[in-house]
Amino acid sequence: MTDKYTQFVSHGIGKDVARKLGLPQPVVLRRHQPGQPLVPGPILVQGSSDGADELAAALLSWDLDVRRHAVPREKLGAIILVLDELSRPEDLERPVLAAAASIRDLSPSARVVTVSRTAAGAPGPASAAARQGVDGLLRSLAKELRAGATANGIVLADGVTTTSPSALGALRFFLSGRSAFVDGQFLTIASGEGTLPADPDKPLAGKVAVVTGAARGIGAAIARTLHRDGATLVVVDIPAAGDHLATVANEVRGTALQLDITREDAGQRIIDHAVGRHGRLDIVVHNAGITRDKLLANMDPDRWNSVLAVNIAAQLRINDALLASEHFRNSPRIVSVASTSGIAGNRGQTNYAASKGGVMGMVRATAPLLAERHGSINAVAPGFIETEMTARIPFATREVARRLNSLQQGGRPGDVAEAIAFLASDAAGGITGDVLRVCGQNLVGA
Amino acid sequence: MSFTGQSATGPEESSTSQAATHGRDSLRKAVVVGGNRIPFARTGGAYTKSSNQDMLTAALDGLIARFGLQDERIGEVAAGAVLKHSRDFNLTREAVLGSALSAETPAYDLQQACATGLETVLGLANKIKLGQIDSAIAGGVDSASDAPIAVSEGLREVLLDLNRAKTLPQRIQVLSRLRPKDLAPDAPNTGEPRTGLSMGEHQALTTAQWKITREAQDQLAYNSHRNLAAAYDAGFFDDLLTPYRGLTRDSNLRADTTLEKLATLKPVFGKNLGAEATMTAGNSTPLTDGASTVLLASEEWADAHELPKLATVVDGEAAAVDFVHGKDGLLMAPAFAVPRLLARNGLTLDDIDFFEIHEAFAGTVLSTLAAWEDEEFGRTRLGLDGALGSIDRSTLNVNGSSLAAGHPFAATGGRIVASLAKMLHDKGRVDGRPARGLISICAAGGQGVVAILEGF
Repeated sequence: MTDKYTQFVSHGIGKDVARKLGLPQPVVLRRHQPGQPLVPGPILVQGSSDGADELAAALLSWDLDVRRHAVPREKLGAIILVLDELSRPEDLERPVLAAAASIRDLSPSARVVTVSRTAAGAPGPASAAARQGVDGLLRSLAKELRAGATANGIVLADGVTTTSPSALGALRFFLSGRSAFVDGQFLTIASGEGTLPADPDKPLAGKVAVVTGAARGIGAAIARTLHRDGATLVVVDIPAAGDHLATVANEVRGTALQLDITREDAGQRIIDHAVGRHGRLDIVVHNAGITRDKLLANMDPDRWNSVLAVNIAAQLRINDALLASEHFRNSPRIVSVASTSGIAGNRGQTNYAASKGGVMGMVRATAPLLAERHGSINAVAPGFIETEMTARIPFATREVARRLNSLQQGGRPGDVAEAIAFLASDAAGGITGDVLRVCGQNLVGA
Repeated sequence: MSFTGQSATGPEESSTSQAATHGRDSLRKAVVVGGNRIPFARTGGAYTKSSNQDMLTAALDGLIARFGLQDERIGEVAAGAVLKHSRDFNLTREAVLGSALSAETPAYDLQQACATGLETVLGLANKIKLGQIDSAIAGGVDSASDAPIAVSEGLREVLLDLNRAKTLPQRIQVLSRLRPKDLAPDAPNTGEPRTGLSMGEHQALTTAQWKITREAQDQLAYNSHRNLAAAYDAGFFDDLLTPYRGLTRDSNLRADTTLEKLATLKPVFGKNLGAEATMTAGNSTPLTDGASTVLLASEEWADAHELPKLATVVDGEAAAVDFVHGKDGLLMAPAFAVPRLLARNGLTLDDIDFFEIHEAFAGTVLSTLAAWEDEEFGRTRLGLDGALGSIDRSTLNVNGSSLAAGHPFAATGGRIVASLAKMLHDKGRVDGRPARGLISICAAGGQGVVAILEGF
């Protein structure tokens, strides 16, 4: 649901009033629907490297309308700024200023995507400066864009080409409506792993996916999105949430597994159910999480321990079972739900933020363990998402919280689900140990 | 040559029951895949506003979700309710249409008082064994909260005649027959039509006849609560039950009850029998709302759908007693059905690993066990050489039964079948041999239905 303020300022008198008073003007974002065009207009590919040429050719092969030079006053669906051969900061000028001339031609909900290389792998200080410069440039541009347009970046590790499967997969994700609430973020392509899907509308066809905490909210949205993308679902939640879980399972044509994930044998039960009922297990989404907010000065062991037990200890234990299983060896995917609270901190959430920070640490350290089986593990960190939980926040606090990002609105559970579905796909095989924020570029937490 | 001679004399020598057994051996198996029920709620509680159709649909949808049966065309669904509105003439089919199953799944209603649920299992299992269907869902539901209320017989006759009257004078004449007492509604009751006695009063006669003590009844009730609570705590019901309307456990369950507390309750049945009254609200089941379902299949269907096989439905037997003339107690039919079923299958009580004897009243279970242990009853009524035998009480209702869970009449059979199938499957995996379970359910009208399941 679009919030009432966004509805009001999107049309007629509300739009005029908001503009004249200088009020936030959130727009209804372009979100993915199967069959819709990837971008709302032609794509301008800026950059003169071989990597830029190859990328433009790849986009042409997707039957997209690609420009290598801007046509004056033509509305654009996206600008792709290929900066993969920067050797010093001065190299930024030509492509960046060329792109600048086209910023005003971007359509509503258009995309800017940079393609650059990791500063960590730079051969010298000047090239590192240039590469790191893209970071600040992109994040600032994201804050300048209006009308639902977003800017995100793809960072290639050395040796990874602009047309490697995951670079193209990430590009497609950023261009599409799937990334509606992702803004000012980077995805690092660590390797040439991954394969592009035969059918871009069914990237998870043939996969069996488990989603924990799937009875409602973001978990239910993840289940629906994975189902839409072609996966067979096992939805998991605590037995007490079984009625909502059954509704979700029946909606996504999957099976319901009533299970407390803090049980010692939860991982084995998940594997047994997925393999026993559906013959395989490809994707595990650790979404189940709880909050027990209290200032640290008032924290009690029960609040602290229950949050840590559900939000991180259970994930670690389940991952151990997955890593030990012969059924989780064929390019498996793990995606965990973290939180911007775990990055920026949040008053009253020391326990929750500790657990979510823990998720990000776990993801980084688990990535190498999955590498030899061509697996990947990543986290998605949601910002302010419109759920039953955030609907209980007092009105004024909620209204401020949902405007404090570049898109000036809260995200939807489906926005988080889209990011998870992408990271769970074969195309994302070259992305691992990474954290992707789905927060509309929240102004807190970098 | 010798073969010809044997086959000529064979059939004459073998009894009909043996022939029946041999016939059954050639049939394919009907397996219990699993089950789902909603927590049972005391009447007037969480499900006060839920109809039979609501609850049966919820139980079905939970089963569908557990086993991924969305859009599946099931061979047949059979369920029923004891307290049933006339509008629910097609209750089960309507529940199927409201569920996530394929709308092309046929369904029928069945009604055999408290044996309804078990009888749906037996009937559908037989169809599977015969090859008529490959999959089936058995079930039952009852709401004492949303019970039908009929108009009085006097008002009903007037209304029907009024409908037939053609002229205004005729209508006035019909209406003039109406008396104030005709306006009082006719509420349902659980009394036996032929004796006017409630089920509790009937059982009180039987309880006294078999000299069942208050202490023994309270102990059985205490065990039921303790066992059910322990089963919940162990997660036994995690894959047998789906919460409904805020309930996650049976609302009748008193995990903290004690023998002392049970001993303080005042008797409610059998107060005019002369003998000491022993039956209380604690050792009798309360009126309850709830629904249960069981997924049955052929082995091939279960395998093709990658579904578990918990137990096979081996055999079932129904019996009835002449309680009207006082020959036997109203709820004693299982005492006759079980020996017949065991004999037909060449089994004794010692061959049973788990006994599930429905706790309509603690006195019912104990009277049945007393009858089986009674030499004279065995000789004169069962036609045996002596007593049928006794059972190891530690194998009786080990995960609780109706005294703790409650008893929505038609839903009890499904509750027991699914739970027992899981217990047998789990025990078989530990023991390395198939475990065997016996189900015994008494029913109004002096009836009883019993069954044997064997772990897969």
